[in-house]
Amino acid sequence: MNRKFTGRVWKLGDDIDTDIIIPTQFLALKSVEDMKRYAFYPLRPRLPELINPGDIIVAGKNFGCGSSREQAPEIIAALKVGCIIAKSYARIFYRNAFNNGLLLLENEELYDCCGEGDEVSVNLESSKVSLGKKAFKVSSIPRDLLKMVEAGGLVPFMRERNGK
Amino acid sequence: MGMTIGEKILARASGKDVVKPGEIITAKVDLCMSNDGTTHLNIDIFENQLKAEKVYNPEKVVFIVDHNVPSESAKTAEVHKKMRIFAQKHQIPFYEGTGVCHQIMIEDFVVPGQLIIAADSHTCSYGGLGAFGTGVGCTDFTSVMNTGEIWLMVPETLKFIIEGKFKPGVYARDLILKIIGDIGANGANYKIMEFGGPAVKAFTIDDRVVLCNMAVEAGAKSGLVAPDETTIEYVTSKGRQDMHLFTSDEDAVYEKIYYYNLDELEPMIAIPHCVDDVVPIKEISEVKINQGFIGSCNNGRIEELRAAAKILQGNKIDPYVKLLISPASKAVYLQALSEGLIDIFVESGAMVLNPNCSVCWGSCQGVIGEGEVLLSTGTRNFKGRAGHPNSSIYLASAATVAASALTGKITDPRGAVQ
Repeated sequence: MNRKFTGRVWKLGDDIDTDIIIPTQFLALKSVEDMKRYAFYPLRPRLPELINPGDIIVAGKNFGCGSSREQAPEIIAALKVGCIIAKSYARIFYRNAFNNGLLLLENEELYDCCGEGDEVSVNLESSKVSLGKKAFKVSSIPRDLLKMVEAGGLVPFMRERNGK
Repeated sequence: MGMTIGEKILARASGKDVVKPGEIITAKVDLCMSNDGTTHLNIDIFENQLKAEKVYNPEKVVFIVDHNVPSESAKTAEVHKKMRIFAQKHQIPFYEGTGVCHQIMIEDFVVPGQLIIAADSHTCSYGGLGAFGTGVGCTDFTSVMNTGEIWLMVPETLKFIIEGKFKPGVYARDLILKIIGDIGANGANYKIMEFGGPAVKAFTIDDRVVLCNMAVEAGAKSGLVAPDETTIEYVTSKGRQDMHLFTSDEDAVYEKIYYYNLDELEPMIAIPHCVDDVVPIKEISEVKINQGFIGSCNNGRIEELRAAAKILQGNKIDPYVKLLISPASKAVYLQALSEGLIDIFVESGAMVLNPNCSVCWGSCQGVIGEGEVLLSTGTRNFKGRAGHPNSSIYLASAATVAASALTGKITDPRGAVQ
């Protein structure tokens, strides 16, 4: 994973809950590939077709609140979203996202400054994101956690480390 | 400097004398539980990715099939089959169709002072018995199932001091909705919500579980009530003896203290689509409902069923409204049968369902159609959770649901219980 990347913004609101990210009706589908077509279904059913690899989700506060279902970050990672930049995250989702190789960044101001379709550049080395000429500070991610994201999550990271 | 109950439990589990908020610990887990919402993923990770062979201790792992019971599709039947085969292979205690996972855990396993990790967000329910329960995803759960350990950050604690006494028609459910409405859906993010004060001391176990169960809806890592004589009596009545009775020290440090007086509390309701959009029922204009639901890990226990039965007894529900009632466990169901509550429900026109997550989870029984309105005692009112993406869920107490099922519109239960 490149530590500097640029992506197109998809804007979601506050309190994007896990039932919006993946409704219960689709949780028993066999694969993440089957499930990812229903990402954000109650809110914006066509979003999975519109998201391109590397796009960035920008959201308000408390992203991922609700269920502990790991399918939620898993399908966002499967859509190859570059990262999520939200005002804040719910606790269980935060942990699950990193375990699944999905990068989460926190920033309070970006959401209110950007529009959907804008290009945002992320620099993980300097913990900054930029939108046009404006730059915003984002939470810095510890090196080990970044390595885990780069490996694709906790399990592949452990396997890599154990040489399996 | 003193410690809170939560800090004491985490200190014990990590083999330390003292822990402080912000500290990262590796803790030994007393119990871990997983249900059919995600266990198929846990098994995949365990067998195919970790290539693990053994669960750390089968006596400390529990599998419970409660989310899609009975299975409504071949897909969920496969999930259950996979769980059953794995549980049998590893000699893991296995429950199917006997109730909502958290209620089963409380009835059969939980003791005060334990650290319990489960692959379900409402694991915080066990705080009702003075145990530290917290929900995790599949990867974390699978790692616990394999090693018996987990890393955790020690959270800050928020204290809620409750005084006064419930007025007729007002319940623990109204209190927790009021608190979540006040502090917000992320008001306790990453923190412990500790409930105490003279009112909580007088609360039943059912009431305490109602409070702790919803802590995650404010973002909390766990909810906790100090164990006392009521807790000891409950746990020993179930034949369990070994327990750690932790209470918070006088000089324990809280991030914030909130005060509530039950004398001032009235029936509350969460309006669509967020759990923290909470108002007193009298403040909303007329809302017609299509379906009522009494059940779930928050509100399907015997006391809630009794409150509903009192209102429904001798009355008929509105002919254009469905009322679905699911006791939280087999034990609750049998108790309701012996008290004649099931007769009252069926006589009133309600449908009594088997004990399971049911309507609250939105993927098994009682889903609703486009534009329909559900009034529920479930845990969440997220958009689309009850079926059609364009449907609405309101959350209230069992008494409110019962009173509303009779009138066909959201109704303050106080008129029905006087």
